[in-house]
Amino acid sequence: MGQASRHSGADYPRIDWLGLDGLLVRFGDALSEPANRAALALRHAILREDWPGVEEVTGALVSTYLRFDALGVDAGALRARLEDLVARRDWSAEPLPGGRRIWRVPAVFGGDLSPQLAESAGLAGVDPDQAVAEITATRLRVQTIGFAPGQPYLGELPEHWAIPRQTELTPRAEVGALVVAIRQMTLFSTAAPTGWRQVARTALRPFRPESEEPFVLRPGDEVVFEPVDRERFERLREDPQGGAVAEVLP
Amino acid sequence: MSRALIVQRAGPAMSLQDGGRPGFLGQGLSRGGAADPRALAEGAVLLGQGGDLAAVEMAGMGGAFEATGDLRIALTGAPMRASVEGAPLAWGASHLMRAGQVLEIGPVLAGVYGYLHVGGGFDAPEVLGARGAHLSAGIGRVLRVGDRLAAGDDPGGEVGLCLSAEDRFAGGELRAVMGPQTAMFSPEDVARFEGTRFARDARGNRMGLRLIPDGAGFQSRAGLSIVSEIVVPGDIQITGDGVPMVLLVECQTTGGYPRIGTILPCDMPRAAQAPAGAEMRIRFVDRDAALAAERAAADTLRALPGRITRLVRDPWDMRDLLSYQLISGVTAGE
Repeated sequence: MGQASRHSGADYPRIDWLGLDGLLVRFGDALSEPANRAALALRHAILREDWPGVEEVTGALVSTYLRFDALGVDAGALRARLEDLVARRDWSAEPLPGGRRIWRVPAVFGGDLSPQLAESAGLAGVDPDQAVAEITATRLRVQTIGFAPGQPYLGELPEHWAIPRQTELTPRAEVGALVVAIRQMTLFSTAAPTGWRQVARTALRPFRPESEEPFVLRPGDEVVFEPVDRERFERLREDPQGGAVAEVLP
Repeated sequence: MSRALIVQRAGPAMSLQDGGRPGFLGQGLSRGGAADPRALAEGAVLLGQGGDLAAVEMAGMGGAFEATGDLRIALTGAPMRASVEGAPLAWGASHLMRAGQVLEIGPVLAGVYGYLHVGGGFDAPEVLGARGAHLSAGIGRVLRVGDRLAAGDDPGGEVGLCLSAEDRFAGGELRAVMGPQTAMFSPEDVARFEGTRFARDARGNRMGLRLIPDGAGFQSRAGLSIVSEIVVPGDIQITGDGVPMVLLVECQTTGGYPRIGTILPCDMPRAAQAPAGAEMRIRFVDRDAALAAERAAADTLRALPGRITRLVRDPWDMRDLLSYQLISGVTAGE
């Protein structure tokens, strides 16, 4: 892979089979806002098409995936339909899906719920106060939900936040942990090991299997983190939504 | 009080499993469900009921289960040592348990995942459309001593039936199709991959299993800088140490490790059931051959009811005593 192909260009979008029963459309081989926008828009367009035999349509950061009934449909014809749809327009110029919301999520920065704030700030070349100011000033988009149920990939932070993952894994990030790497943040929905650095903790549980709406966030939503103190955080833990408030975006 | 099995002893990795929850990839939830879906189908056929009912999946080691009422049961998947009140039970067969009897299921004899089915299926609350546990997502949990596993309504039916399982419990060849990232590996490495004998690593769970190559590992030309995208069960991802990992039903939904190909769905039971140390090979097939294999597997599943036979009591062998009583005219569930 040469440097020339690091961004979406002549090689993209690309369509490939993924397994016997899947098709994958990739809009680039690195994260970018246009490629993410294209992946979101194509996903919604395929859902609207409602092709028979398509069992699932989803997306990742810069790709859209559809799964079909391999024994029930003519896969070649389905691929041709997909190729036609993909070629029909410039997906990176499409508007974001409707019904998006902006979430204001209380978060504790500093102290033991924020164990790597200073280290992350140092890697980004700012002091911890400046780091918190920058993170909380950024409207982050839910670029995709993935890895674990309901878990959002949020981006992007300013360029100097292109900090690498850790070489060693943190053995356990708790539910609600806000972690950072490569200009992105994610909010843990299940307790898991991580190579990203934890800069804050929220009382929001992005996956609530017992609830009517188990998956709190949706791709395309925006998230802003609002600093709160530890005492307020402890009270918010009793709120099923951890104090997070959503408003539909115009 | 409804009929149930009470867990008196529990192996370390027993959970309720069914067909899983397809359709939630976009929400970050892999489909989960039984690691060996064929075993679920076999249990359903043995008990003459739907294939979407929940069964107890037992990885490596079973448990002890006391019946609170008369129950039809079936045992499928990886064969395990099983007995009721000291009388050995045939695996791959249906049996009757009487109220108060204790079913003992010991260690696996081949393969990894054994299944205990009950007439009417196990009744547990549905979460996101299924009853099974998704352990890595935190839905449900492993079974523990004292758990009461309620049985759903059982219209009853014959027991003492058996079904010889396709041998998928000792590793062997897995067929795969190439994918979007196969070309990130050199043609020489892809050829070497196909020629490699792998041993199933002892480490592994419902998320995935590692295949240790008998030679050097594999490295993609793209290195480890791939943007995360959708991953699916069956994907063979090559982790940083060059060792392939086959993703199973509870895998994460996105990943950034390069994937050399994807195992065919019909070969996934063989992959999941390969015991530690089993020798495995991977062979790439084209899409036409893959589709033909998948159709043949679906035909085999549909033909399962025709392959049912009766357990015959051999007077020199008391193994099937419980089932024999049933053939004599006792019908379960009545």
